[in-house]
Amino acid sequence: MSTGYTEGEPIRDTKAPEGPIEDRWEKRKFSAKLVNPANKRKLHVIVVGTGLAGGSAAATLGELGYNVTSFCYQDTPRRAHSIAAQGGINAAKNYRGDGDSIYRLFYDTVKGGDFRARESNVYRLAQVSVNIIDQAVAQGVPFAREYGGLLDTRSFGGAQVSRTFYARGQTGQQLLLGAYQALERQIAAGTVKMHTRHEMLDLIVSDGRARGVIVRDMVTGEIERHVADAVVLASGGYGNVFFLSTNAKGCNTTAIWRAHRRGAMFANPCYTQIHPTCIPVSGDHQSKLTLMSESLRNDGRVWVPLKAGDTRPASAIPEEERDYYLERIYPAFGNLVPRDIASRAAKNVCDEGRGVGPGGLGVYLDFADAIRRLGREAVEKKYGNLFEMYERITGEDPYAQPMRIYPAVHYTMGGLWVDYDLQSTIPGLFVIGEANFSDHGANRLGASALMQGLSDGYFVLPTTIGDYLANGPYGEVDEDDVTEAEAEVRQKIEKLLTNNGTRTADSYHRELGRIMWEYCGMERTEESLRKALERIPELREEFWQNVKVSGEADELNQALERAGRVGDFFDLAELMCIDALHRTESCGGHFRAESQDADGEALRDDENFSYVAAWEYGEQGPILHKEDLDYEYVKMSQRSYK
Amino acid sequence: MSMNLTLKVWRQKGPKDKGRMVNYRVEDVSPDMSFLEMLDVLNERLILEGDDPIAFDHDCREGICGMCGMVINGVAHGEQVATTTCQLHMRHFEDNAVITIEPWRAAPFPVVKDLVVDRSAFDRIIQAGGFISVPAGSAPDAHSVPVKKVDADAAFDAATCIGCGACVAACPNGSASLFTAAKITHLSLLPQGQPERDSRAVAMVEQMDAEGFGGCTNTGECTAVCPKGIPLDTIAQMNHDYLRAAK
Amino acid sequence: MTATIERGSATASVNPPADTVKTAKPGRKGGFLGSSNGKKAVMAITGAVMVLFLIGHMAGNLKSFAGAESFNAYAAFLRTMGEPILPHRVLLTVVEVALVVAVALHMWSAISLARRASKARPVKYAARRKSRANGYAVHTMRYGGVIIVLFVIYHLLDLTFGAANPAGGGATPYDRLVEGFAPSRWWVTLFYVLALVMVGLHLRHGLWSAFQTLGLASSRSYRPLKAVAAGLSALLVIGFLVVPVAVAIGVIK
Ligand SMILES: Cc1cc2nc3c(=O)[nH]c(=O)nc-3n(C[C@H](O)[C@H](O)[C@H](O)COP(=O)(O)OP(=O)(O)OC[C@H]3O[C@@H](n4cnc5c(N)ncnc54)[C@H](O)[C@@H]3O)c2cc1C
Ligand code: HEM
Ligand code: HEM
Ligand code: SF4
Ligand code: F3S
Ligand code: FES
Repeated sequence: MSTGYTEGEPIRDTKAPEGPIEDRWEKRKFSAKLVNPANKRKLHVIVVGTGLAGGSAAATLGELGYNVTSFCYQDTPRRAHSIAAQGGINAAKNYRGDGDSIYRLFYDTVKGGDFRARESNVYRLAQVSVNIIDQAVAQGVPFAREYGGLLDTRSFGGAQVSRTFYARGQTGQQLLLGAYQALERQIAAGTVKMHTRHEMLDLIVSDGRARGVIVRDMVTGEIERHVADAVVLASGGYGNVFFLSTNAKGCNTTAIWRAHRRGAMFANPCYTQIHPTCIPVSGDHQSKLTLMSESLRNDGRVWVPLKAGDTRPASAIPEEERDYYLERIYPAFGNLVPRDIASRAAKNVCDEGRGVGPGGLGVYLDFADAIRRLGREAVEKKYGNLFEMYERITGEDPYAQPMRIYPAVHYTMGGLWVDYDLQSTIPGLFVIGEANFSDHGANRLGASALMQGLSDGYFVLPTTIGDYLANGPYGEVDEDDVTEAEAEVRQKIEKLLTNNGTRTADSYHRELGRIMWEYCGMERTEESLRKALERIPELREEFWQNVKVSGEADELNQALERAGRVGDFFDLAELMCIDALHRTESCGGHFRAESQDADGEALRDDENFSYVAAWEYGEQGPILHKEDLDYEYVKMSQRSYK
Repeated sequence: MSMNLTLKVWRQKGPKDKGRMVNYRVEDVSPDMSFLEMLDVLNERLILEGDDPIAFDHDCREGICGMCGMVINGVAHGEQVATTTCQLHMRHFEDNAVITIEPWRAAPFPVVKDLVVDRSAFDRIIQAGGFISVPAGSAPDAHSVPVKKVDADAAFDAATCIGCGACVAACPNGSASLFTAAKITHLSLLPQGQPERDSRAVAMVEQMDAEGFGGCTNTGECTAVCPKGIPLDTIAQMNHDYLRAAK
Repeated sequence: MTATIERGSATASVNPPADTVKTAKPGRKGGFLGSSNGKKAVMAITGAVMVLFLIGHMAGNLKSFAGAESFNAYAAFLRTMGEPILPHRVLLTVVEVALVVAVALHMWSAISLARRASKARPVKYAARRKSRANGYAVHTMRYGGVIIVLFVIYHLLDLTFGAANPAGGGATPYDRLVEGFAPSRWWVTLFYVLALVMVGLHLRHGLWSAFQTLGLASSRSYRPLKAVAAGLSALLVIGFLVVPVAVAIGVIK
């Protein structure tokens, strides 16, 4: 059993400039070396991923004149998982004059992240958020508008100001299409070379620097090597380690996990966000979970029956026998408490036997009041497509009866460790978007992931990477390093294909997911984590012995693709549990049952855990490097939404 | 309750191989399954029997990425209106039904394997002009240009196209008009899209032709199968912009 | 969950999608007339020219109810239109040339679009495609057009040149009309009825479609446009048909 880890040197410098927080980003921009325009063409950057982060980064780097090669596993960059984001994107525009400001967005994000994020990064994010909206609007992103022709906003979980810009329930789609179109423009201009249906399987590190990637052409099966002066990973989150999550089926950890194996530290892997409003599981066949936008909580009221075991239909339960538990426990925020709190509250009431629907794993989200107050038409206008989606999946009409919702894994705050420049611990390897760990601390606020992805991609990375590239080109890559990485990839594929076992990769993945959900999910205990750390290596062992993959290496082989990803999920799952076990405090999305206050709220242990846990890969088990977090601007306080 | 089905599925090893329809019997299907989950189950079986699973494209499984798509019983994305294949649930099929499953059929969408086709032609249509040129950081304040709500809403309606290609699959002419028109309309309804409006329309229409898509004869099959209900008047808008520009 | 498999039982003979393997070919860009949209515009404009002719033609035909004199005078007028400013038959010839050009261009674009379409869809679906939109008329456009052309050829031989008319080329237009649709020649009348139904269907779709093609339609105008298309095509069919029917049942003699 590998619960053990060793502790290495702490991380002392995150490269954030000193001085007043408002000036740090300006300062960094000014100090970053500039690349001579004539040299840009000669500098080659690889970008893995075409979501909001990768798409906007590749487009912007191309526009700046760098020579960019971009990869995604889908058949076109437009399908990256960012497309699925529904709710909206935050920005400190203060168009409403309701007291919002850069400082307030910064404050809310630090607090929402339960004081486990870096102040400098978060402040920069809040500053840049303003430019994102300008950029998107100029690209033709059709945000919702008011009759006066100006942009509409709404409020979102965890915020008391209305700063979320949205495009009906398809904000992610519209923002991604904006980035995608910018990217296609660069592809047409020849500055970006796009490889779709290509999966990154390893990172090439040479002479201590990230110099390229090994990818598999998913159509022909060919293993290709691509070298460059810098590599940017924008491969998204790893929520699919739980098998069931709201992530797209193809989301995986392979890109970042391989980079981790090659020396990039992995920070805070255990911070996972469980989203409170998803459609409950309907049976064993379930292949993924569908999120209902959190914006529904603006008008929907969450409740369960007062009595345990009440099986009457919702309509037969009178008002006084209902428990609107969020409104009851958190009068100030009510149904709008942050995600982790809403999720855990749902779990608690279900654990008390008051859950509704099949298996008792669900709570009601009721729009009856909203329909009465605003009229059906207004509700339809606001949430029509979400209601439709719900009906399509469940066969139930949410206008007539309350929706049933249940929490599901949604977002991973952890990811590769990066400094203020978004550079990982491998020089030349930059990590952006959900793939890095940077800005959300232990919990991400709604509508902040899109903001971070675009901030990284359009504005931050293009500046900071220039500082690194200004010292390039970095010359020839040692052939041996490339060959070695490639050989490893080939070996793994060979192993999977010749294994000839008796179970499919999916069935292992499902089992791994159940272990993770059960023991490293919404609530974690020392005991559960130890159990997981016992089960995972056993199951991984069995997986490598007994998985069955049909088909050939040199063709489109979806069974092979999945098996490869599941293999990496096993390793990551283990690190997640080790991280979760070592962090004996509760914070944000990481709730240790042992660490709660009298009311059952997450209890942080700032004394001992106010650090980022950055894990280095070690053959003898992971090595922990701590990066201390200092709060100069936002006073640390116990989060309270009561 | 569970159901038993017969599937007739197009199997084709690779782009150059001759394909054929193969019959599969699938039993114990739950009506709560999605269509793709039903195929997952069959595929797990196939893998265990050492067979190639049926290759099909999918990712988000919630109707937004546009990756999935197959012709089910002769209708792109199946009979259910405004629904992608991944959102189609088995409760809409009868017990013992025979279901025919084929890939999108169009020359510019060559079959890659089984139900997977190559839709990169769509990307090249966008490359031709489906964008507004704004380098990052150069944009004016978002409120500097108000946009009438009706225009913004109509632009949004057109912008919801997910690029799935069902319109092409359904069109008797194999035309990509609805897809192309959706993008042209989205951008030409917004003030930001005006400077490049003419060149965009010409370039995108020409690229659509160059890719080998057919012309539109206003049959309207496309909009009928479009999972996002992209309206037919986007095509009128495209025609209008094209003629205006070509003048 | 179980799944049984019958391997390799091909249920439909399907053409191998032989040469559909394609990499991005550098587009051959043929300018306005080379583009599908340009061709469509040609079709719509030439269609509109023909529709205008048909309206006039129908109105003229109705003169036959006013008697032989009136109708013959009208036929004569067609030839003397524009005189004395223009020489005899010049205007009519211009109209005829315009019509011939319109028909030729219309057919050219119809044929090249049809060829493009069949290249774009080389493989048919094994499951019968169910039409889900826009009704029946839309699927008659291509073969309907062919029938109409065949009809026009016959019609010209019949009533314009008289070659296929019992009254012969020398007779007055009125006589050719009366003799041509004589009750004994019911099959001619039947052929006209058929052809006109095709014309009606063609226009039922073609009329609103032309607006769509020229970018003059919008979701708000679809309903009125389609109603006008249906109304006008019905009017044309009826307006044209009353004449041969009246002859066939002896109202006009
Ligand atoms: C259902 C849902 C709703 C959400 N709603 C919101 C919201 O309303 N507001 C908000 O702020 N956030 C929301 N989020 C979170 C947000 O969408 C994501 O965090 C964000 O889009 C991630 O963007 P990304 O660019 O980092 O990665 P992604 O968009 O996930 O892109 C990953 C890219 O990497 C590529 N890739 C991955 N692995 C490989 C590999 N091995 N080789 C090659 N390419 C690879 C993929 O092809 C893809 O292009 C939502 C998330 C979900 C799941
Ligand atoms: C002489 C009588 C004819 C008239 C009045 C006529 C009229 C029209 C009109 C108005 C349209 C609509 C154009 C558009 O949609 O943009 C049209 C379309 C069409 N016509 Fe004709 N046409 C005639 C003859 C023909 C002939 C002879 C053919 C065949 C060779 C033909 C084939 C077509 C086709 C294929 C279309 C395309 C359908 C469409 O665009 O929606 N037509 N016609
Ligand atoms: C059933 C109804 C119709 C009748 C009774 C009818 C009658 C006639 C007559 C009598 C002429 C000869 C006129 C002359 O030479 O002076 C004529 C010419 C013509 N008709 Fe018709 N017609 C009918 C329908 C149509 C239709 C449906 C079309 C086309 C689709 C058509 C196309 C023409 C053309 C092109 C000419 C030649 C005009 C010219 O020479 O300039 N007719 N028709
Ligand atoms: S127009 Fe509709 S059918 Fe066509 S690609 Fe877009 S969403 Fe799919
Ligand atoms: S189905 Fe085809 S013909 Fe036109 S209206 Fe749609 S593209
Ligand atoms: S899988 Fe994304 S739309 Fe169906």
